[in-house]
Amino acid sequence: MNLTLKIWRQKDSQDKGQMVDYKVTDISEHMSFLEMMDVLNEQLVNTGEEPVAFDHDCREGICGMCSLYINGEAHGPDRGITTCQLHMRMFNDGDTITIEPWRAAAFPVIKDLIVDRMAFERIQQAGGYISVNTSGNTQDANSLPISKHAADEAMDAATCIGCGACVASCKNSSAMLFVGAKVSQYALLPQGQVEAADRVKNMVAQMDLEGFGNCTNTGACEVECPKGISLENIARMNREFMSANIKG
Amino acid sequence: MALDSKVPEGPIKDKWTTYKDNINLVNPANKRHIDIIVVGTGLAGGSAAATLAELGYNVKAFAYQDSPRRAHSIAAQGGINAAKNYMGDGDSNYRLFYDTVKGGDYRSREANVYRLAEVSGNIIDQCVAQGVPFARDYGGLLDNRSFGGVLVSRTFYAKGQTGQQLLLGAYSAMNRQIARGKIEMFNRHEMLDVVKVGGKARGIIARNLITGEIERHSAHAVVIATGGYGNVYFLSTNAMGSNATAAWKIHKKGAYFANPCFTQIHPTCIPRSGDYQSKLTLMSESLRNDGRIWVPAKIEDAKAIQQGKLKPTQIAEEDRDYYLERRYPAFGNLVPRDVASRAAKERCDAGFGVNATGEAVYLDFASAFERYGKEQAKIHGIKNPSKEEIIKLGQGIIESKYGNLFQMYEKIIAENPYETPMMIYPATHYTMGGVWVDYNLMTTVEGLYCIGEANFSDHGANRLGASALMQGLADGYFVLPYTIGDYLSNDIRTGKIPTDTPEFDEVEKEVKDRIDFFINNNGTKSVDHFHKRLGKVMWDKVGMSRNAKDLTAAMAEIKAIREEFWKDVKVPGTADEMNVELEKAGRVADFLELGELFAKDALERNESCGGHFREESVELDGEQKGEAKRNDEEYAFVSAWEYKGEPADAVLHKEELEFKDIELKQRSYK
Ligand SMILES: Cc1cc2nc3c(=O)[nH]c(=O)nc-3n(C[C@H](O)[C@H](O)[C@H](O)COP(=O)(O)OP(=O)(O)OC[C@H]3O[C@@H](n4cnc5c(N)ncnc54)[C@H](O)[C@@H]3O)c2cc1C
Ligand code: SF4
Ligand code: FES
Repeated sequence: MNLTLKIWRQKDSQDKGQMVDYKVTDISEHMSFLEMMDVLNEQLVNTGEEPVAFDHDCREGICGMCSLYINGEAHGPDRGITTCQLHMRMFNDGDTITIEPWRAAAFPVIKDLIVDRMAFERIQQAGGYISVNTSGNTQDANSLPISKHAADEAMDAATCIGCGACVASCKNSSAMLFVGAKVSQYALLPQGQVEAADRVKNMVAQMDLEGFGNCTNTGACEVECPKGISLENIARMNREFMSANIKG
Repeated sequence: MALDSKVPEGPIKDKWTTYKDNINLVNPANKRHIDIIVVGTGLAGGSAAATLAELGYNVKAFAYQDSPRRAHSIAAQGGINAAKNYMGDGDSNYRLFYDTVKGGDYRSREANVYRLAEVSGNIIDQCVAQGVPFARDYGGLLDNRSFGGVLVSRTFYAKGQTGQQLLLGAYSAMNRQIARGKIEMFNRHEMLDVVKVGGKARGIIARNLITGEIERHSAHAVVIATGGYGNVYFLSTNAMGSNATAAWKIHKKGAYFANPCFTQIHPTCIPRSGDYQSKLTLMSESLRNDGRIWVPAKIEDAKAIQQGKLKPTQIAEEDRDYYLERRYPAFGNLVPRDVASRAAKERCDAGFGVNATGEAVYLDFASAFERYGKEQAKIHGIKNPSKEEIIKLGQGIIESKYGNLFQMYEKIIAENPYETPMMIYPATHYTMGGVWVDYNLMTTVEGLYCIGEANFSDHGANRLGASALMQGLADGYFVLPYTIGDYLSNDIRTGKIPTDTPEFDEVEKEVKDRIDFFINNNGTKSVDHFHKRLGKVMWDKVGMSRNAKDLTAAMAEIKAIREEFWKDVKVPGTADEMNVELEKAGRVADFLELGELFAKDALERNESCGGHFREESVELDGEQKGEAKRNDEEYAFVSAWEYKGEPADAVLHKEELEFKDIELKQRSYK
């Protein structure tokens, strides 16, 4: 198929940036979206132009690096997948595809389609861990039984890949789904209890500091999340947050 | 320099304990004055950085991604081994040790593998304490599964995302230390060379991938944890950015490179669909438990399928060749990874491949649907079930076991594997070879360590499933923190290592010159063009089946591609900005050297062992006719290569392998 691509080009964080049109031809429906981008870039390199910069690494939907806003949707038109898992069979010959970076004040553009997600890092540094030393003097793993239900739920929360699609899909650029998933994983496990109150307070405080918006329950994040992280996690975080503040 | 593996004396069971009791320690107050650089934050580097920081050292950690959590360890699906014996099936440290040495076809160092087995249980304790949500049974205890070719269930897992959860565990431990200021994290930074002062590793030169700035970082010791070099094949199950640059650069500065030809080609990956293919995706090996592998028996059927004129479901049972069951009646579809991979290649080379590229075989679940379906009908007391009912019931069972994999397959191939057989083909997956290290995990350069997939130590010529995650975390959490302390105890009075010295000047200049060369080269071909050509030579001539003629030709061809690369590669943009093509150029330049050494090593090792199959070394008669033949008399050694300029001139040093606790046996799967 032949396609027109409208791509956001921005030299660096200082540059104003603009949409630029490109054409690609002979795209196979079996290509992944990023392989189509590779074809474009090879074309650009061969004509002496600078290729389009975009984040990607594992190309199998698990590292959370890829992050394109395609035709107005984070990770594009398909559901439950990341950009790298999107295939060209989702598009038709002659289509025009708009490709932009994540847009959020807390995710400034570094170059073209690459954004800075360090805000997520700082939120996790604020409390996304259990303070246990890696000394090898821990107790036997089976001395602490954990109900299968709790373990499975914690696992569901822990599958978040930190991609940021939730923020990009939210009209308020809220990071509640991401932070909720992280808080939930530990809140659901007995190991996480000791520091639970401080954790949620610190992580939420950092989230606010980073300039993410408020959650107004539109649910757009859940729809676009490639890992199916549920809104339940936001509710759980809110409960944790309230009870942490009551305890003072 | 003679190789000294520094394996402690004494019985194998006591070596590690005695070692730990006798090493020098650094007291907590002094640790504050010691800096350590850790390059790479996957399972190996992440766990090491967190532990060293917690002990009190000042750690600087580096990763090329935008977060430690994105290292390629994240992609591991299956699980992690540990000798916990929670299943009560008779597992022990010795058994895990034994299986791992045997699985590596007796080409690993006994003492290292024993230590690995010994600390394996600790890894699980540690991870659970960190909040890693491993799978549990209804009693709330940890669940285990069995994994390829062993007799016990010792594999811990977290859905199909074990690597992700283990990495998030290590990452959380890092975050705690980053928050305390004990780890300084350098995301989107690439190490481009190591700096030695007075023969010791004392720092690195790194490029800030956002600004292009070249930076100097000093430390008392440097740890390399940068993963494997599978991308030398261009297509592999590795991440797009996975590279050998750090390992190769330290090789050029004096670290020996061991067993480069030991690579694992995994039999169950999703096949390539065209020339635009950028990477390959693994399908968990567990599928072979229920799927039967076949190709058409008649060449005209194969041709018709390749041209899209015939469907697999239209081929009658008697016209199918279940070649693994035919060739290996005892193990059938469950033969080890290397055997299954070669058998697939053999059929496809003979023209029986089943997709347009001719490089795919079927993995068919039809008989599993039927088998499980009948079982279910019985369990649920359904009398005289129809064929459709049976299939439906059976599909339900397969879905509960592999639903996510079937779904992933359908997303990529756009075919429903419940209705038509899956297509699979082998792909490069793991590199057992790597930087040579001694028992302390130190390379042949003093103060320079190498851990995780980047080193060579524990897997020999083949890797069993679920053992790489174990090794990475063992190295980082439990081994390196001891061994590095012993070395650093001599550095408590050294003081900060300055970076404004001639040694740093010199290496920085080398790095900058190379970058400037790329930017100013004005060639005509993209980096990928050369990478793909290298990959093709590697796959065709240094892939699953190797012989002297092709290996010799490969060395010459790789050299020729390398020379052309330096003349004609084109890198747009500038050096002082984010420049993805420039990053790739540096990595491919190193792969173009490593590939040649790889072929040389394969040529030198004229025996078949594990993932390395030499057509000249096969059983000539008897039951095993045509199968791999190991040669313990002549090749029970580690080849450690010393850099001497051109890869072809590398000098071989042998570390003889002694097996005191295990008897060497030939593998048989007939
Ligand atoms: C798809 C897949 C599935 C697997 N499944 C399993 C399994 O089920 N069980 C099992 O035991 N093993 C499995 N393995 C193998 C295992 O996952 C890896 O061997 C292991 O995770 C490697 O860990 P590592 O820490 O050594 O390297 P990695 O996790 O690859 O980390 C490398 C790190 O180095 C950094 N880096 C690289 N180069 C540079 C540079 N020049 N400068 C700065 N930083 C750099 C990267 O940013 C990254 O942080 C699998 C592998 C793959 C590919
Ligand atoms: S919650 Fe979902 S969308 Fe948000 S970062 Fe995690 S995986 Fe991505
Ligand atoms: S590239 Fe890793 S999730 Fe898309």
